[in-house]
Amino acid sequence: MKSAERYVGRSVPRKEDERLLSGAGMFVADIVLPRMLHVAFVRSPVAHGRIKSIDTAQARRAPGVVEVLTGEDIRPFLKPVPGMQNRPPKRWREAVEHDINIPDQPILATGKVRYAGEALAVIAAETRYLAEDAAELIDVDIEPLQPVAGIDEALATTSSRVHDELKSNVVAKLTVRKGDAEAALASAPRKIRHVFYNHRYLAMPIECRGVVAQYEKHVDSMTVWSSTQVVHWVRREIAARLGLPEARVRCIAPDVGGGFGVKGHVYPEDVLISFLARRLGRPVKWTEDRYEHLLNSTHARDDRHDVEVGFDADGRITAIRDRFVKDSGAYTPVGVGAPSNTIAHMLGPYHVPNYEATATIVVTNKTPNAPYRGSGRPEGVFVTERLMDLVARELGLDPVEVRLRNMVPPEKMPYSVGIPYRDGVPVVYDGGDYPGALRKAVDALGGLAQIRERQREAWKQGRYLGLGVGCYVEGTGAGPFEGATVRIDPSGTVFVATGACAQGQGHQTVFAQVAADEWGVTPDNVSVSISDTGTIALGYGTIASRSAVNSSSAIRMASATLRRKVLALAGHILECSAEDLELRDGRVAVKGVPKLSLSLAEIAQAARPGWDGGRPSDMSAGLEVTEYFEPPTVTWAYASHAALVEIDVATGAPRILKYVVVHDAGVLINPRLADGQIIGGVCQGIGGGLLEEVVYDENAQLLTGSLMDYLIPSASEMPPVELVHLETPSPLNELGVKGLGEGGAIAPPVVIANAVCDALRPVGFEVFSTPVHRSKIIRALNGRSGSAS
Amino acid sequence: MSKQHTITVEINGVSGQYQVEARRLLSDFIREDLGLTGTHVGCEHGICGACTILFNGEAARSCIMFAVQADGARIQTIEGLSQSGEIGRLQALFAEKHALQCGFCTPAMLITAYDLLRAHASPSDAEIREGMSAALCRCTGYDGIIKAVTQAAKENAVAAPADAGQPHGSCSGKGRRA
Repeated sequence: MKSAERYVGRSVPRKEDERLLSGAGMFVADIVLPRMLHVAFVRSPVAHGRIKSIDTAQARRAPGVVEVLTGEDIRPFLKPVPGMQNRPPKRWREAVEHDINIPDQPILATGKVRYAGEALAVIAAETRYLAEDAAELIDVDIEPLQPVAGIDEALATTSSRVHDELKSNVVAKLTVRKGDAEAALASAPRKIRHVFYNHRYLAMPIECRGVVAQYEKHVDSMTVWSSTQVVHWVRREIAARLGLPEARVRCIAPDVGGGFGVKGHVYPEDVLISFLARRLGRPVKWTEDRYEHLLNSTHARDDRHDVEVGFDADGRITAIRDRFVKDSGAYTPVGVGAPSNTIAHMLGPYHVPNYEATATIVVTNKTPNAPYRGSGRPEGVFVTERLMDLVARELGLDPVEVRLRNMVPPEKMPYSVGIPYRDGVPVVYDGGDYPGALRKAVDALGGLAQIRERQREAWKQGRYLGLGVGCYVEGTGAGPFEGATVRIDPSGTVFVATGACAQGQGHQTVFAQVAADEWGVTPDNVSVSISDTGTIALGYGTIASRSAVNSSSAIRMASATLRRKVLALAGHILECSAEDLELRDGRVAVKGVPKLSLSLAEIAQAARPGWDGGRPSDMSAGLEVTEYFEPPTVTWAYASHAALVEIDVATGAPRILKYVVVHDAGVLINPRLADGQIIGGVCQGIGGGLLEEVVYDENAQLLTGSLMDYLIPSASEMPPVELVHLETPSPLNELGVKGLGEGGAIAPPVVIANAVCDALRPVGFEVFSTPVHRSKIIRALNGRSGSAS
Repeated sequence: MSKQHTITVEINGVSGQYQVEARRLLSDFIREDLGLTGTHVGCEHGICGACTILFNGEAARSCIMFAVQADGARIQTIEGLSQSGEIGRLQALFAEKHALQCGFCTPAMLITAYDLLRAHASPSDAEIREGMSAALCRCTGYDGIIKAVTQAAKENAVAAPADAGQPHGSCSGKGRRA
């Protein structure tokens, strides 16, 4: 197919910007419907306790209150939200040793509360102010139980159980093996063993969550606007819980103010607000506030690794054995997703002949834990990349050199790792130059020799300068599928609908670029519908760095099928063979005879059913095709991050002088938007490495319940970031794209940790847990502690 | 609780009288009573800055003010600033430098930048970072935002206020963790 210009690969301006720049975006909180009610929740003040009574009498009589419901009230009508919203496929269940008993999550707590912030009662009132007034009048009597405040408490047999119906606080166990790690460790010339802890932090989009629901009785239909990344999941759960056909539930995510994973599954509020809208016969709105968000929306990370690595005198890794425990909080709505990722990504870009990883997932009385940008990958990468530095230290080698010796070289691509991925398919790295990326990253900081020279000079002057590197591979574009409907509108506009949901990625722009190339039109002539179950029947959503791969491929498939019909119909009208036609500038023209042509609008008119159509008798009416792309497995993006860090000896603060990302996500559809995704991810990773930390006390009470306590980076905290793109096209899809939404956030915590430890080699400081607190550094500088725990 | 107070406010150049409860947040008044939903609410405790408006010509957080405090005040929101064209070049630079992704913080970022550039004709890089740290963005890593504001400063894309005898406020006073 020919067109004047191709748009894939170009930094075309975003379609989204105009409305967002002028305050004309439409976020869930902006939606106003006639007679709309407003909701507030009563949430548990304790982490673990038995509900003795909830007295709602006074609240029911409060001004403006229309409804007050507790868990007991709704239990007969509303089943809990499933504990595993995305079940691993059969292939995975056959390939991975597993034992999974993940509990469901009640819509409102009944019997027990399992974390501070769990919803106990809901109030619907004429205004949010009145709903909150009434919430104050609800008297809750909870008998406190011993909280399970962390991993150790969860594993102790003497502890109380978070879920009484389960035998223990262990809700899942997964094991993956490659070779014989035990034997290889027993015979390894050298080995080291450490415990690493990845702390709990979270996505924190600037827009909190929110839901608006409207039930129309005359058609028995529900329309739900939710600030979500997965409209089709939300539709599925609402339909199932409310007993409606999916076709009568429409879920729309309008403009969404950031997601990063925390909006990547169904929450009890999605179901409950819809239930209220039907029960009360009025539209109902809930807008989460920031305190609720910190208490109640899912957190992430939070695992502890006991890991042993065997290696030879040259620093070549012979075996890694990791036993880790993940604190999932009270519920784990995305099941075993994040720990599965940890296992699948731990080996990184390295050839490791023997590997054994066991994940134990425990429940505690903390906020539920779910994927957040990177989802299990930052945890595994922190461990492996710290180990690389520690191995180098043991042998007196440079950490860069140890990595280069262990990396899979480009000539070994495609490289079969010997473990299954989360989709159950064996992991095969699909191309790239891992050592090349690392060398480029170090070179962008001045080259290894120069960096080491600078470092020695700094040390002489009593300053501490360090190099940190972090390398990873990232399975992206995961299945099971995404679909696209492509329709030639009567206006001639190419209409595209797909199940992807954007929260800032620029989907309306990039999918228009993909479709524009398919149809020989400009992106302005493409209208893209995302985040709306009303425009495509089946969808999966935007999680797991998957939409560029899956939706783009589906758009291409549907376009190809529809194009054949368009050309056949045009050939019929122009009385020539379809092979003699081409698409160009929004028209179908006879090759070499541009005057003999039809516009897409004319062809759409001819395809209409009914009187005065123009199609042959054996051709179906309409110009619309839906296709579903089912990727064979993931594509493998990879990157090397590197940073130069200097320690402020007065405060212990690590200052990042320069941060470099060398990244390969295959073909980039829109390079400027790709840069934005990567730098945005790096910023979150730097936050996670240095500033951000969810802190609980020993009673599992949240201590970081505001943005004054939970710090995310501001413009002042961001260092200069340099990006280097490599483009190794993926062989797994026609466009050659790989995903890149999450990558930037994976490496920064370990890059910072490695740089800090490298800078502080003269005082012998090693980091085994995140975040990298300046207090630990100051202690090390003052000679009070050789290593942080 | 429900006693109504009468306030007179000039919103985006149009003066009007409104009835509000004493406890009504200025951000709720702007968003719900006036329907100006370009002013966003991100934290309701004055940290994220998403609710930033111009209050008597200066950037202010509408989520930690009551509507009654606006009695007699002049308020400009993203809608008014967009219509007047005052921030037109700044908006164009935000698009050009990819200074927005989800767009939720964007109105506040634009107003923060506008306020910064009106007070400081030629801010240093550090002053730009410090000034822009008055609002939080979770998508961009601030890279495009800083580039857009830096370019806007270079171009003098924002005119100093007509009544600018002396710069109002200082950058450092507005930084989140100054």
